[in-house]
Amino acid sequence: MRVGIPRSLLYYKYLPFWKTFLAELGLEVETSPLTNKKILSWGVEVAENELCVPVKAFYGHCMALRGRVDALFVPRVVSVEEREYTCPKFLGLPDMVAAVADQLELPPLLTPKLNQREKPSEFKWQLINFARDQFGLSRWDAIAALEAARVAQKRYQEELVRGRKPLDLLPASRLNRPRWKTPKSERKRIGLLGHPYNIYDGYITQNLIARLEEMGAELVVPEMTDHHVLMEAATDVPKQLYWTYEKEIMGAVNHWTRQKMVDGVIYVLAFACGPDSLVQVLIEHRARTHNVPLMSLTIDEHSGEAGLVTRIEAFTDMLMRKKRTAEAVA
Amino acid sequence: MKVSVPHMGHLHWMMDDLFERLEVEYVKPPPSTTKTLTIGAKHSPEFACLPLKINVGNYIEALETGADTLVMAGGHGPCRFGYYGIVEQRILLDLGYEFNFLMLEPFSDGALAFYKTFKSLSPGLTIPKLYRILKISFSKGRAFDYLYKRSLQVRAYEVNRGDTSRAIREAEQILTLARTPDEIEEAAREALAVVDAVEQDPDREVLKVCVVGEFFLLLEPFSNFGLEEILGHMDVYLERSVWVTDWIAPKRDNKVYGFPKKFVEEKAAPYLNHNVGGEGRETIGGIVLAAERGFDGIIQLLPFGCMPENIATSIIPKVQRDHDIPVLTLAFDEQTGRAGMVTRIEAFLDLLEARRKTGKTGTYVSYVSQKPSAAV
Repeated sequence: MRVGIPRSLLYYKYLPFWKTFLAELGLEVETSPLTNKKILSWGVEVAENELCVPVKAFYGHCMALRGRVDALFVPRVVSVEEREYTCPKFLGLPDMVAAVADQLELPPLLTPKLNQREKPSEFKWQLINFARDQFGLSRWDAIAALEAARVAQKRYQEELVRGRKPLDLLPASRLNRPRWKTPKSERKRIGLLGHPYNIYDGYITQNLIARLEEMGAELVVPEMTDHHVLMEAATDVPKQLYWTYEKEIMGAVNHWTRQKMVDGVIYVLAFACGPDSLVQVLIEHRARTHNVPLMSLTIDEHSGEAGLVTRIEAFTDMLMRKKRTAEAVA
Repeated sequence: MKVSVPHMGHLHWMMDDLFERLEVEYVKPPPSTTKTLTIGAKHSPEFACLPLKINVGNYIEALETGADTLVMAGGHGPCRFGYYGIVEQRILLDLGYEFNFLMLEPFSDGALAFYKTFKSLSPGLTIPKLYRILKISFSKGRAFDYLYKRSLQVRAYEVNRGDTSRAIREAEQILTLARTPDEIEEAAREALAVVDAVEQDPDREVLKVCVVGEFFLLLEPFSNFGLEEILGHMDVYLERSVWVTDWIAPKRDNKVYGFPKKFVEEKAAPYLNHNVGGEGRETIGGIVLAAERGFDGIIQLLPFGCMPENIATSIIPKVQRDHDIPVLTLAFDEQTGRAGMVTRIEAFLDLLEARRKTGKTGTYVSYVSQKPSAAV
């Protein structure tokens, strides 16, 4: 049986885990191609128009897998940390896709529920039960698959901490390389903040990473910092955030400003992203009080290339000028 | 200490009573107006949801009328509402206001913290006393809700347009003066009699519409341009899914049209089988239920960008097809105009009438179970 994993949303976070797990269960795994114009416009056409652009792209990726696979893997990722949630849209994702499945002739969906809100490591049992109910596998086979998946995911995260980007590590994709390099003395450290499914999706954010590197940015991303450090840094808010991925973003900006790791921050957020719209206020406040320039970059399916380039150019120029002034004063 | 709580529909009646019993001075924010929303939207993040923008506007106006302590309800997600308080506090601090800010976390997240929040407002408050106060204020809130529930149905049949709205204002005055439990029960009966006394035309052909969606938009007439009154004046018999007291009930086992939450969730299960925060699952369950009960149509209200409701909106086309019931989705933000909304409603009602003529609507099954002034 061939199982398709849409190359969107949590793909960028958990692909090694999911892929290894499904492969160890004896399934063939196929992923959809990189986001392109056709995929995004398919998604925009079927999705409810108030949804954020990555969810719209998700629909398109599901459609791109039609006819190539026997089932689609769309897990319901409710929670990945104790007493926290992911995002409401991940909670409802399988139902949202199921609502259009007949109309779009999508393959059947595999939707295991992963929820460790009540109990840590609960997801292991959920996956073991999933393997038993769907494929009739024994508990031991499932545990072996889980272990292999855990190792694969761990190796992936270690590579990320070492500074490699998800796109270099994930199959059949390569990060767009900058076409030229800026001398080291001219570079400025820019923190790139945002959800992996936005900043690493070269189509949605229009090769933002390569463009920034061409403009002489040395990028710092949240994935470079150990998860526990981020979570610890994120506690520096009046009330604990209950969205894990926003907590990572908040933790990253707290960590960077505390350790003086960046000269400036670019915060990429999708239009109509619910959690980000609130956390934005706290992040901007944090940057302001620590005197770190921050630019919020809102993206959606209509974002134009020229507008984006102009804004990041202005921002990097401003950082450069700030750096030169500081050096002149010193 | 002068305490203020942002508006949410008819919550202020209950707050009047509650703060009087707690012996705390309560500053009711000036009624929400276009100006409130303009101020709120100006200082809030661009795509934060509409309730937050109205809250911020309410807070600023309350602070300018002398409030020095602001209270906001909390929560634990995944809807944005649970984090409103922190963001609102940040926005107001950045604007340079000075005030105390209290987050009232839900009872289920820690009874002691819940009690301490009240105690910080009113020193000398004991747990039994708080329990008694909340119980009485809550029963008053229920009585108010029951009034409004009845008014939605009476208004469709009223002979002189506007009678029901006038009767409601009179009934509110009767009810708000009641103090002891016995008085409240008596006043609830009296107030209801005032609403029932509105001259009605029982033979009138009315369309039966169910209003579902996000709670703030349903509860706060300012945010939806008084949609219910507009519909009532177009001779539409209404039922609504969420009421103030249902929503703040301690166990959050809020009833939807008087049906237990579990029952509504079972109805939603074939389409949305998981809690997505807010009212998402209840919206889907409510639509299925309304279709089964023979309503002519359904109107869904949501603030632009509301995550749970957008999940529901994505699923509604399938529910609509399966149950053959028309659903009108209205999203609101600070740009929404009243005239646009009314035009869409009129077109929708025309559609419902046409369906009725072709015999496409089932027979309406009435459901009346709530008693006035039910206890906590």
